[in-house]
Amino acid sequence: MTTSTQLGTSPVRQSKLTRGQRPKWLVPVIGVAAIVAGAALAALVGFSIALWALFAAVIFLVVGPLAVGLIEGSRSGTDSLMTFLVYAAFILAVIPLISVIWTVLVNGIPGLTSNMLFTSMNGVTGFHDNQADAPGSVIGGAYHAIVGTVSITFWATLMSVPVGLLTAIYLVEYSRGGWLGKAITFFVDVMTGIPSIVAGLFAAALFGMIFGPSTRTGFVAAVALTVLMIPTVVKNTEEMLRIVPNELREASYALGVRKWRTILKVVIPTAISGIASGVTLAIARVIGETAPLLVTAGFATAINWNSFSGWMTTLPTFIYYQIMTPTSPTNPDPSLQRAWAAALILIVIVMLLNLVARLIARAFAPKTAGR
Amino acid sequence: MSKRIDVENLNVYYGDFLAVQDVSMNIEPRSVTAFIGPSGCGKSTFLRTLNRMHEVIPGAYAQGKVLLDGDDLYGKGVDPVTVRSMVGMVFQRPNPFPTMSIRDNVLAGVKLNNKRISSKDADDLVESSLRGANLWNEVKDRLDKPGSGLSGGQQQRLCIARAIAVKPDVILMDEPCSALDPISTLAIEDLINEIKTDYTVVIVTHNMQQASRVSDKTAFFNIEGTGKPGRLIEYAPTTDIFNNPQKKDTEDYVSGRFG
Repeated sequence: MTTSTQLGTSPVRQSKLTRGQRPKWLVPVIGVAAIVAGAALAALVGFSIALWALFAAVIFLVVGPLAVGLIEGSRSGTDSLMTFLVYAAFILAVIPLISVIWTVLVNGIPGLTSNMLFTSMNGVTGFHDNQADAPGSVIGGAYHAIVGTVSITFWATLMSVPVGLLTAIYLVEYSRGGWLGKAITFFVDVMTGIPSIVAGLFAAALFGMIFGPSTRTGFVAAVALTVLMIPTVVKNTEEMLRIVPNELREASYALGVRKWRTILKVVIPTAISGIASGVTLAIARVIGETAPLLVTAGFATAINWNSFSGWMTTLPTFIYYQIMTPTSPTNPDPSLQRAWAAALILIVIVMLLNLVARLIARAFAPKTAGR
Repeated sequence: MSKRIDVENLNVYYGDFLAVQDVSMNIEPRSVTAFIGPSGCGKSTFLRTLNRMHEVIPGAYAQGKVLLDGDDLYGKGVDPVTVRSMVGMVFQRPNPFPTMSIRDNVLAGVKLNNKRISSKDADDLVESSLRGANLWNEVKDRLDKPGSGLSGGQQQRLCIARAIAVKPDVILMDEPCSALDPISTLAIEDLINEIKTDYTVVIVTHNMQQASRVSDKTAFFNIEGTGKPGRLIEYAPTTDIFNNPQKKDTEDYVSGRFG
C-alpha cells in the first residue's frame, strides 16, 4: 500500500514550492485500501461490522501517516497522524450521540400519536394494553407527564434563576475577593458535585420535616431541582458577568451613575444573551432528572396542574415506570412504545430549549450593525 | 458651569503602595491643563483621583485635599457619585455602551439615573451635546443606530458628548487620542479648544505636541525608578514648560533626551 511513493512526477513543470508534496489522491486511496484490507482481516477472525471498522481505522491510522511521512518528511507524517487521531476521536465522540438520536427516533416515532400527546394514563389498565394489536391502537399517553415536566421545571427555574443571578452578581461585582466570596465560590463548586438523588432526598426530608412525612408534590421536586440548578446558573452567570469589560462600568460610574444602577442597566444588559443561554442550558440539564423526582414527586397517572398538592409525573419518571412496571405485565409492548415516545418528546423539548437559548442569545446580543 | 480645582498635598495609594506623592496644584476654571510624563509616573492615577474614579480599583485610596471651588472631594460624607456627576471623564479607549443606540448613549447619564426627561428636552439635549462634540452632522440621520457602529474617532466624540450631556463642571480626559488616527485626533483637539470656554478641562497625554497645542498650563510628572512614587516635578504655563523649563528633568523630557 506504500507503492504510491514513486508517483508525483508529472510532465507538467512543478512549482519549486510545491515539490515533494504528496499527490492529492494519496490519502483517499489509502482510506479505501484500509477499508478493503480491514474487511479482509475481519473476515479472517470472524466478520462483524465493529471489527471491520476497528481494523480499517487501525490500518488507516498506521499506514496513512507512514506514507505521508515517507513522502514529505517526519514533520508532515506526525502532523497527519495527529490530524487523523483528532478526526478519529471526533467520530468516536459523535457515534453515541447519533446512535441515541437514531434509536429514539426509530422507536419513538411509531408511538407519537395524538393519544400519546393529548391523553393521560388515567384509567388505562393492562386490559386495554392486551387488546392493542397495532402501534396506532395503543391508548393512554404522556400528557400528564408533559404537564408535570413543564410545571415542575417552571417552578424550579422561577426559584433558581433569581438566587443564582444575584449570587453571581455578588461574587463578581461586590465580593472583591473577600472571604465571603471565596466561601460562596467554594460551596457552589461543592454543590455542582452533589449527586442528584441526594438533592432529591434533601428536598423530601425538608418537606417531610415541615409538612409531615412523605409529603410529595411537584413543588418538592422543584425544590430538589433548584438545588441542582443553582450552581449551574451561578457558574454560567459569573462567567458572563466577568467578560463584561470594566471600561463599561467605569464609563457608567464616570457619568455619576450609582453602582447598582450600573449593574442593572449596563452590566446585565451587556451580558444578558450569555446569561439567558446559560439559564436555558441549566434548564435542559435538570429537565431530564429522574432520581430526585422519584423520591419527591411520587407517581401519578392523571393530569395534575397543581404543583402544590397531589403527586405528579414527569417524562423521565414516566419512562422509568413504563419500562420497569409495564401497565400489562403479560404484554409490555404498548408500555415500551409509550416509553420510547416519551423519550422522543423529552429530547425534542430539550432541543427546542437549546434553540430558544440561541434565539434569545441572538435577540439580546449587543448590536454591532454597520456604519 | 466651570469650577476651579485646588489640590493640596495629595498622596495616592494602591493598598500599601504609594503611587503618587505629595502633589499640590491649582487648576483654573475655563482652561486646559495637560499632564505629561513617562509611563507609570502616576499621571493617570492622579487624574482619576480628581473625580474619585480610582476608588473603583480595590484597595486604592487617597490622602490629602482636592477642593472643587473650595469643597473638599475627600471630605467626610461626600458621595463619590455626586462628585462624578460634577467631574466627567473621557477614557483612553472609546467605550460607548454596546447595548444602546447613539441617542441613548448621549442620554445615558440621564437615563441610567432614571431622571424623568420629556421627549422634547431629550431631543434638545441630544442635539446640543452632539453639536458640542462636533458629531451632530455626522450622525443626525442615524441616531437610532448602535453607537458601536461608529468609527473610533466618532466613538470618542460620542463619549465626549455623553460626558457633556450630564453638564459637569470639569471634564477629565485620560489620553483621549491615543487610540485615534491623526485626523480624528485633530477633531478632538479642536473640540477641546471649543469646550474650554465652558468647562475646566484636564487632559493626560503622551503626545507632547498635543500638550503644547491644546493646553494653557502643563504639569510634568516623573518617577525616580520602579517602585518609587510618582511626583509632580514642574507645573507652569505650557510655553514655559516647553521653551523655558526650570527643572533639568523637565528639559530632558520635553527635548527628548530623557532616560
